[in-house]
Amino acid sequence: MSAIGTTPFGQETVETAIGPTKTMVLNMGPQHPSTHGVLRILLELDGETVLKAIPDLGYLHTGIEKSCEDKTYSQAITLTDRMDYLNPLGNNLAYCLAVEKLLGIEVPKRAQYFRVLMVELQRVSSHLVWLGTHAIDMGAMSAFLYCFREREEILKIFEFVAGQRMMTSYIRIGGLALEPPTGWKERVEKFLKMMPGRIDEYETLLTGNRIWLGRLKGVGVMSAEDAVSYSMTGPTLRAAGLAHDVRRAFPYSSYEEFEFDVPTRTEGDCFARYLVRVAEMRESLKIVRQAMEKFPAEGPFRTEAPGIIPPAREKMKTEMEALIYHFKIFTEGFAPPPGEAYASIESPRGELGCFLASDGSQKPLRCHFRSPSFINLQALPKLVTGQLISDVIACIGTIDIVLGDVDR
Amino acid sequence: MTDSGGQTTNRVVAKLRSWSANAIEEVIEYRGDTTIVVPRKVLRSVAEQCRDTEELKFNLLTDATALDRYPLEPRFELNYQLVSIPLKQKLCIRVKLSVSDAVVDSLVPVWPGANWLEREIFDMFGIQFTGHPDLRRILLPDDWEGHPLRKDYPVEGYRDIPAIATRYTRSRP
Repeated sequence: MSAIGTTPFGQETVETAIGPTKTMVLNMGPQHPSTHGVLRILLELDGETVLKAIPDLGYLHTGIEKSCEDKTYSQAITLTDRMDYLNPLGNNLAYCLAVEKLLGIEVPKRAQYFRVLMVELQRVSSHLVWLGTHAIDMGAMSAFLYCFREREEILKIFEFVAGQRMMTSYIRIGGLALEPPTGWKERVEKFLKMMPGRIDEYETLLTGNRIWLGRLKGVGVMSAEDAVSYSMTGPTLRAAGLAHDVRRAFPYSSYEEFEFDVPTRTEGDCFARYLVRVAEMRESLKIVRQAMEKFPAEGPFRTEAPGIIPPAREKMKTEMEALIYHFKIFTEGFAPPPGEAYASIESPRGELGCFLASDGSQKPLRCHFRSPSFINLQALPKLVTGQLISDVIACIGTIDIVLGDVDR
Repeated sequence: MTDSGGQTTNRVVAKLRSWSANAIEEVIEYRGDTTIVVPRKVLRSVAEQCRDTEELKFNLLTDATALDRYPLEPRFELNYQLVSIPLKQKLCIRVKLSVSDAVVDSLVPVWPGANWLEREIFDMFGIQFTGHPDLRRILLPDDWEGHPLRKDYPVEGYRDIPAIATRYTRSRP
């Protein structure tokens, strides 16, 4: 978070049809509704055209990376929930994959499939929030209400499975926190039956809507080369024509066993990003369906690693060692061997990575999150320069940032 | 990763070594990931090689971060995570820096996406990047003192500590 520093800014003379005039600096945010959080952007304007944009962030910085260094490996999971609050399960997964890599442990297939199922439901819910709020920014109120209606159904599934609607902390090191409760299949099944029709419904509201097209088509164009050089990932990169998806390129959690398409567009504008996200929701539903069919009825939901992974509840009541391990894990934690590990997943916003370094103690030496919102946001000045001021809102919206993820 | 991963690695390392014998100080294979430790002086040219060489094509810089091994020296390690989208391979480049001379070439000329990542490292660790177009704090206010992710910076910070508690916190470096 900083002001404009030494950069010369504002009050420059520009030539117009009626003679030379001064540019204007507009301070957008940090409490602007379309920034979906606290993002401040300094805009230098010539009339309504943006000449220069300087994002200013850090208003939501909570020092999560520093806090992680002061907690044991399992304690830090609750912090990861709170970074990208539209994708807490994804954050848990990235962190747990990094810890598991550091420890060199395998997760049972049953837990892997259920992780995939939960994370894909989370992707749908995140895209629904994006779609609804973006539609509101563009002036379409009704889509928001429909999107949140369906998101509520997903949150109800989360609450049923994990006991929490949003900050679930459900994915744990070595597997899952709890055995999925009986009856989850029926609920997910019901949701899967309902959802495709609902996505069609959003599309009838928006895809052919003339105002929607007018606000999004040809706005904020990013070429594939620029998107890659600016390290953009996720739907923003795929809308520019590059089919890079971490789930495909570097599969984790058994994604190589799932069949799904990676939707891409070539236009690279805001409308392409919208189409990619809508198509992704449909693909996610396919993956959820497959994960449900693959999910074995019997088996462990957590790996067995004495002294690292908490033992099963029943064991704790009958075996003394299990009780001791349980006590030690939750009081002093466990110590992975020294080394570094970087694990990444495809979050709804792009590549979410977690870099962990261990020095052989019970607390991480360094825990860094490669948050997709932070890195995608740095292309904003490139997107909005030369556009109209109303297009800035469309551009921020379609990058799909979550400020908790940007500032951490 | 399996054998195929190992082969890719060897190819990458061999390619870089054939370009310059001194380009790689050390190769670390850990849990299926490859990390090459490069001397600070050649960081930018190694990065350019990684991006431009036909067989490497590391076109995406996904992440850059630092870690602090205080009180060991050299205490800082910079880690750059590279991905080749066309060849589906990964590589981590590591540079070691000491606190007295924590300066390194910026990679913004190679990947513009390094801009904010390097600003974050500067903000949190106080590492300077030469050739960075706009090196200033990004997450913390301009007038913030110190670099919080350094190990000698207390977790509870220096600010807002009641006078009685300051006695028990470590003294300021």
